[in-house]
Amino acid sequence: MAYTYFPGCCMHGFARHCQDSLYAVFNALGLELRELKDWNCCGATSYIAVDEYQAFTLAARNLALAEQAGLEVVAPCNACFMVLKKAQDYLARYSNLRERIEAALARGGLQYSGTVQVRHPLEIVIEKIGIKALREKVKRPLKGWNVAPYYGCLLTRPYTLRNGMTLEAFDQLIPALGANLVDFELKDRCCGGSLTGTIEEVGDRLVYILLHEAKRHNADVLVTVCPLCQLNVETHQKQFIRRDREDVNIPVPYFTQLIGLALGIPEKDLGLDRLLVPLDRVLEEHPAELRAAA
Amino acid sequence: MNGNGNLRVGLYICHCGTNIAGTIDVKAVAAWGETLPGVVVSREYKYMCSDPGQQLIVDDVREQHLNRIVVASCSPLLHEQTFRGATAKAGLNPFFFHMVNVREHDSWVHEDKQAATEKAKDLIRAAVRRVAFHKPLEKKRVPIHPDVLIVGGGIAGIHAALTLANAGKHVYLVEREPTIGGHMAKFDKTFPTLDCAACILTPKMTAVKKHPNITLWTLSDVTQIEGYVGNFTVTVKRHPRYIIEDLCVGCLECIEACVYKQAKYPDEFNLGLGKRKPIYIPFPQAVPQLPVIDRETCIEFKSGRCKKTCVEVCGDRKAIDFKQQESTETINVGSVILATGFQVFDARRLPYYGYGKFPNVYTSLEAERLINAAGPTQGEVILRDGRKPKTVGILHCIGSRDENTNRWCSRVCCMYSLKLAHLIKEHTGAEIFNFYIDIRTPGKGFEEFYQRLLNEGVHFIRGKGAEINTWPLDPSEEGKLIIRVEDTLIGKIRRIPVDMVVLSVGLEPHADAGDVRRLFNISCSSEGWFLERHPKLAPVNTFTDGIFLAGCCQGPKDIPDSVAQAGAAAAESLALIDSKFVELEPNTAYILEEACSGCKTCIPLCPYSAISFVEAKKKAEINEALCKGCGTCVAACPSGSIRQNLFEDEEIFEEIKGVLAHA
Amino acid sequence: MPEAKPETPAVGPKRFEPRIVAFFCNWCTYLAADLAGTSRMKYAPNMRVIRTMCSGRVDPQFVLDAFAHGADGVLIGGCHPGDCHYQEGNYKALRRVHLLKRLLREMGIEEERFRLEWISAAEADRLKTAVNDMVEKVRALGPLRLETTAEFFPEEVKVA
Repeated sequence: MAYTYFPGCCMHGFARHCQDSLYAVFNALGLELRELKDWNCCGATSYIAVDEYQAFTLAARNLALAEQAGLEVVAPCNACFMVLKKAQDYLARYSNLRERIEAALARGGLQYSGTVQVRHPLEIVIEKIGIKALREKVKRPLKGWNVAPYYGCLLTRPYTLRNGMTLEAFDQLIPALGANLVDFELKDRCCGGSLTGTIEEVGDRLVYILLHEAKRHNADVLVTVCPLCQLNVETHQKQFIRRDREDVNIPVPYFTQLIGLALGIPEKDLGLDRLLVPLDRVLEEHPAELRAAA
Repeated sequence: MNGNGNLRVGLYICHCGTNIAGTIDVKAVAAWGETLPGVVVSREYKYMCSDPGQQLIVDDVREQHLNRIVVASCSPLLHEQTFRGATAKAGLNPFFFHMVNVREHDSWVHEDKQAATEKAKDLIRAAVRRVAFHKPLEKKRVPIHPDVLIVGGGIAGIHAALTLANAGKHVYLVEREPTIGGHMAKFDKTFPTLDCAACILTPKMTAVKKHPNITLWTLSDVTQIEGYVGNFTVTVKRHPRYIIEDLCVGCLECIEACVYKQAKYPDEFNLGLGKRKPIYIPFPQAVPQLPVIDRETCIEFKSGRCKKTCVEVCGDRKAIDFKQQESTETINVGSVILATGFQVFDARRLPYYGYGKFPNVYTSLEAERLINAAGPTQGEVILRDGRKPKTVGILHCIGSRDENTNRWCSRVCCMYSLKLAHLIKEHTGAEIFNFYIDIRTPGKGFEEFYQRLLNEGVHFIRGKGAEINTWPLDPSEEGKLIIRVEDTLIGKIRRIPVDMVVLSVGLEPHADAGDVRRLFNISCSSEGWFLERHPKLAPVNTFTDGIFLAGCCQGPKDIPDSVAQAGAAAAESLALIDSKFVELEPNTAYILEEACSGCKTCIPLCPYSAISFVEAKKKAEINEALCKGCGTCVAACPSGSIRQNLFEDEEIFEEIKGVLAHA
Repeated sequence: MPEAKPETPAVGPKRFEPRIVAFFCNWCTYLAADLAGTSRMKYAPNMRVIRTMCSGRVDPQFVLDAFAHGADGVLIGGCHPGDCHYQEGNYKALRRVHLLKRLLREMGIEEERFRLEWISAAEADRLKTAVNDMVEKVRALGPLRLETTAEFFPEEVKVA
């Protein structure tokens, strides 16, 4: 099974470790990722807030390029995932926007007819591999790990998941890896997003609530599915520890890093060394289980 | 050209006040009408349906010797009968009349006056050309069976049944649950008068059981209905109760004697808040006053090795029968009243309110049972975790007025939420918060009740509750359900910690309302409520003659409205029965025998098996009594030998040419 | 007596106004059109409705006759599958429509000119959308120019 891979800015930049693990895990699961040639910014976050038309044109260019490849598009960042879907929805719904964008694409020798399927890698793992098959592939169960799932707000907003899938179904990934599922109410909450850079006190508070609640529920790990969430939740921890003297220290790996660990993929291939809050403490506390099987 | 002698058409264009005349240039149309071939009189008039309007037709027929009438006005649904009547009064066969719909289909849906006027002319031209081919027809008269079927034994069905039975008509009341009473039986008090629901309902339930004119079938479903107004044949499937109704005296000793000493299974009547045994009675005043055995949980059914203490205690009465089978009854009725009610919105569909996840989140119907003295807690508000609430949040509009679920207002939730607020406060002294979008109190005594609640110190926060969560941000929120809401009166997001949440769930059509609708051949609104014939003027009729609606199956309504509608449906049904005969539209199909080639194409097409093949003649034959006049066979006949009264081929061909003739 | 000719529009650019003949069943689509009226919805004034009891009554000849006499489009409206007042007349209509579409294609009549829509009595909105959409699509196609029109054929119906 092959997919067109749309990395977006994060995965090629600060989130290299997410990308490494994504490639490693997809490889191990027999899923091929082919990076979209000549991709550009997805149009998300600040862009769409300043100029919707420009943002949608950027997104549409990516979609038009992807359409040529004829495969489903995997967008591993929630912001890319949502903006690409939104662009598709708006293009289908608003004919005047569509006409303007079609004209813009045509100037670049492109056209988009609306056939591309945009997918999140998590959807693909759950749908194509399935919880049951994944459980069977686990070589090093994450026994004793208390893992809280954190999906971020954009995965289910404003568009719902495909085929009636729910976040509760996604949660089952965690026990499949051998870990304990922490019932984390805030799993689809905002991570603070770009507010951490614009209206800091609001953004900080949103991150803080996530961390505080994860700790309150005795989570060892908060697993994310979005590199932007990952960045936000990880980088702000020190500040709370320093300022409020509250221990909110918790590793925030990308979900393919956890899957990779459980599948027995070597740690160096999963970019674990690039996590700002390392998994070392958890790995030390539950080492035996990690080496048990194989 | 028409085989009916010299054609003399009278054409009448109605202004309908400004409804038609405001968009269509009626004067121009009338003047133009005079130029149409065959038209002798062409007039416009303010209200054709009025007495003077109809008199115009009568006078013109007499003075001008008209032999065809065309009226361009509203939908034939409203006034076709009126103008047929006027035509008949003038001495013509009523089917020498044809109606043109220039209001619903023209003036009301177009703004361009010129285009609307042209459209009216086209439609009128078609009618004038069509009417030339009309033939004199007779309506068939068939007697009406005086018995009535009522489906659904809630308050609407009960009231309609009693009304009809008191008028001396025989009623079959079919209910699928083990008892009648419906939702009302579950309520504690009724708004705004706070009279006890059971106290006013149960006497009516008992009256149903005792009434000699009512046949009550519980645990029963209507599975088939055939026939037409006045003459329906209905099949009712009766599911086994495993209790022989005629032998049981309702002593209920069998329940006491059951090998289960403690009630163990979730009790449906109390929405799972209480427990029942495998043999049980839904609630103490259930009608019929008979126990029922649940196959799924009864040991005898599961293993066949129960001690059957229930049978022992029943003794000589021998009322318990584990071998009881499903049975079917076939009845003949002349009319049907559907009172199948509603279901409450499933709060699980909105996961952000935590219903089913947080134990202390209740639906409003559960709250009714919780404060009911006959309920699972004997009327004490005790939460699922055993505590008594000190603070309670009531969230309005759950599954109502919501783009994501149901868009309609469920009409009763504001008032029942106020009632619950009052009752919970009375029972517990708790502090109560209502979260609302708008408070809607348009009923007798409703607004006064709202003011009373305000004076009682119940809090009202204008804002739809956004979510219920359990993550505390400060110690006062520990262990509480936290309601997040935008208080739109102060423009702030608030977090309000409470012990108990009541979700005021909306009303929606039954999940199987679509099946019921198809069974009875009636229409539904796009939301799934049964569709009334006319929203203002025929609110309890359906488009299928002889089938009437009562209660919430037609749309959300409160108890008095349901009762009023049930009375209206009963009255409509009585009026139908007492007219003794029903006249059927003469739009049946018939065969021109000489043209029939005996190809049998038509025979499998008829859903009513009205067409048969006569071997002796090698021709098809139509049984007029069975034909319902759909015309499917007419369109299929390769030799054109099947024809349809009122919708003859040449009539329709003339209409086609008529609407296209101006080019 | 000769019939008076309609006046031509005095002002405005003249755009092509397609003529749509519609056959609506008495129980669903005709009522949807009534409901559109009582709800005062607005839609294109190009359609002329002919009422039949059931979409199953619509003889393919009606459709051909309408095209032959100058209709630019024909719309049949019936109850949703499973909802037919006469149990299954709409299925019969559907079968005929499939065959008829093939015939129309052979005759060079574009697909957009002939439609079957399921519109229940409650779906005034759907009716409005269907009519507007059809008018626009047929408008884009332009007038139907059949090689042979009705006048080349003898009258289908002869009445003494």
